[in-house]
Amino acid sequence: MTELAIDIEGLAFAWNDGLPVLDIPRFEVRRGERVFLRGPSGSGKSTLLGIVSGVLKAGRGRVRVLGEDLGLLTGGRRDEFRAAHIGLVFQMFNLLPYLSVMDNVLLPARFSAVRRGRAQPDPATEARRLLDELGIVTKGSPARLVTELSIGQQQRVAVARALLGRPELVIADEPTSSLDSDARDGFIRLLMSECSATGATLLFVSHDTALGGLFDRQLSIGDINRARPQLEQS
Amino acid sequence: MKPLIGLAARSLWNRRGSAALTVFAIAISVMLLVGVETVRNGARESFARTISGTDLIVGARSGPVNLLLYSVFRIGDATTNVSWQSFELVSRHPDVAWTIPISLGDSHRGYRVMGTNGDYFRHYRYGNRQALALAAGKAFEDAHDAVVGAEVARQLGYRIGDEIMIAHGIGEVSFAEHGDHPFRIAGILGPTGTPVDRTVHVSLDAIAGIHEDWQGGTRAIAAEPRHPHDIDDPEGAAAEEAARPALAGITAFLVGMRTKDSLLQMQRALNEYRAEPLTAVIPGVALQQLWQIVNVADRALFLVATFVVLAGLIGMLTAILTSLRERRREMAILRSVGARPMHVFTLLMLEASLLALAGVVLGITAAHAALASTAQLLASRFGLFMEMGGPGVYDLLLAGAVVSAAVLAGLVPAWLAYRNSLADGLTIRT
Repeated sequence: MTELAIDIEGLAFAWNDGLPVLDIPRFEVRRGERVFLRGPSGSGKSTLLGIVSGVLKAGRGRVRVLGEDLGLLTGGRRDEFRAAHIGLVFQMFNLLPYLSVMDNVLLPARFSAVRRGRAQPDPATEARRLLDELGIVTKGSPARLVTELSIGQQQRVAVARALLGRPELVIADEPTSSLDSDARDGFIRLLMSECSATGATLLFVSHDTALGGLFDRQLSIGDINRARPQLEQS
Repeated sequence: MKPLIGLAARSLWNRRGSAALTVFAIAISVMLLVGVETVRNGARESFARTISGTDLIVGARSGPVNLLLYSVFRIGDATTNVSWQSFELVSRHPDVAWTIPISLGDSHRGYRVMGTNGDYFRHYRYGNRQALALAAGKAFEDAHDAVVGAEVARQLGYRIGDEIMIAHGIGEVSFAEHGDHPFRIAGILGPTGTPVDRTVHVSLDAIAGIHEDWQGGTRAIAAEPRHPHDIDDPEGAAAEEAARPALAGITAFLVGMRTKDSLLQMQRALNEYRAEPLTAVIPGVALQQLWQIVNVADRALFLVATFVVLAGLIGMLTAILTSLRERRREMAILRSVGARPMHVFTLLMLEASLLALAGVVLGITAAHAALASTAQLLASRFGLFMEMGGPGVYDLLLAGAVVSAAVLAGLVPAWLAYRNSLADGLTIRT
C-alpha cells in the first residue's frame, strides 16, 4: 500500500479549445494529510478536482489516487472507483431536494457496494451517528426533507454523506462559500475532526486564504500549476 | 436498476405538479383509446349476436341495411308495409319451415312495441342459436296480453299482471296513447343482450285492434279485398285469414327455410316478386354490410384515438426535456455520489416509463369505470351491449404498446442527460 493518497506526475489538461488549463509537473498528498489548496476562480482548481475524482480524464501524465492509476481505468471503472473511495462536498446545493436527510446521506451506499460494506455496523446506523456528531439529528427527525434545513445544516449533511462508508479521500470544493464566518470555522473543524476519526485524507479547495491556517499544509494552485488559464469552465 | 426506481419515483414526486399533468394527458388519451376500442368491440359483438337462425328478413322494397335496422335493431322506420297476402304466400311455401310476422310502429314509454304471434317465441333465435326464454309468466294468449323484454321490465319495474298503455308513434313522450286499449303483462323474457330486451311484444290481433278506429294513423285499417291472382293460394288460406283480424299489412317478417339449398332461390324469387315490391336479405350478409358502414367511422375513431395517445406521449417528452435543464445539478450530485452516466440514462428512462405506466393504469381504470357506469345508457340508447369483463388482454396489449412507445420516446431525454452528465461531470452549472 502506497503512502500517497494523490500522486500526480507530468499532468497536462486542456479543454476542447486547446488552451492549457493544467500543467502540473508534480503534486503529492500523503495519506491522512489535510491539505488546503488555494486559488482564485479560473485557476484550474475545479478541473484538477475533476481529474483527481476521476470524472475528467487527464490529457497527458500520470494520476495515481490511492495507488490506482486513473489513466488506466475506463470511464465506468473510474466511476466505480470514485463511488467506493472518494467523498465529495461542493459549494452549496449538495443535496437532492426530493430525498429526506437520511436518504441523502445514504446515497453513496446506494451506488457502491464497497461503501455499503464499510459502513459499520450498517449504513443507516452509521448515517445516524454521523448526523448526530454533526449536530443535525438533535432537532427533528432524519426523515425530514433537506429543504427544511438551513444552508449550514445542509452543508453538514453533505459532509455526513461524503464520510459515509469511510472513503479514504474526501474532496471539498469551496464548501464554505455560502456560510458566514462563524459557521465557516465550526464547519471546517467538524470536517477535519471527522476526517481524522476515519483517517481520511482531506483535500480542501477554496479561494479564501483566511482558512489555510487550520490545515496541515497549505499551498496555492499557482505553486503547482505552470499553466495560467484565463478562464475556467465553471 | 433497483436503487434507481426509488430515486426516479421520488424525483417525479418532487415535481408532482407537472408529472401529474403528464400522467393525466397520457391517461386521457389511453382512456379514449380503450373507450373507442371497447365500444367498437361491443358494437361488433352486439351486431353479430343480435339475430341467428333466421335465413331471410323480408320487408317492403328498401335497402338491405335499412331493412335490417328497423326489423332487427328497431332503429328507424319502414317506408311501407308488406301485405298480409305476401306474408301468407311465403309462409305456406313448401320450402319454408317457419315465418315470424313483425309489426312495428307503436311504443311504450320509449320502448318499441312489436306485434307478432306465437311463432316468434317458438322460432326466434339470437346469439349462438339460443331460443327466447321466459323469465316469468307466459307468452301472450289474447289481444290484451303483452310480453316485455328483460330491460323493459327492469327499467320500468314491471311485474306480471301490471297494466300498461301503448302510444302511437315511437317517441319517448307521446301525446297520443291508445288509452282505450290497455295491456296486461303476461310474460317477461329473460335477458338476451339484444334489442329484444328493449321490446314490448304484443299479438298482431292487438295491433290490429288498437288501430281499428285510429283515423289519423299511419296504417290502412280496413280489410282489403284479397288479390285474386295470388298464384298458389289454396282454399284453406281464406278460411285461416278469416279467423284473423283485418290487418292489411305487417312491417316485415322473418323466414326460416327447411333446407339451405333453396335459400338463394327463395331470396331471388322474393326480390323479383311482381305483385309487390319486396326486399329479402340474408341477415349475415346485411349485418356485414351494416358493419362495413359503421366500421369506417369506427376506424377513423381508432386512428384519432391513436394520434391522441401520440400527442400525450409528446407532451411527456416535452415535460421531461424541459426539466433536464434545471436538473443538471441533480445529475451532478448523483454523479458525485457514485452514479455513472449509465445510471443517469437509466434514471431518465425509468422516469418516462413510470409516467407512462401511471398514465396507462389510470387511463385503463378510468375507461373501464366510465364504461361500466355508462353501460346501461349505451345499451338502452344505442343498443350497444358491452362485454363487461374488466380489463382484458386487449388492455394489456395496449398498455404494453403505450409504455413501449414511452420508453422509445424516453430514449431522447435519457440520451441527452447521459451526454450532459458526461460533459458536465461534477461541475454544477448555476
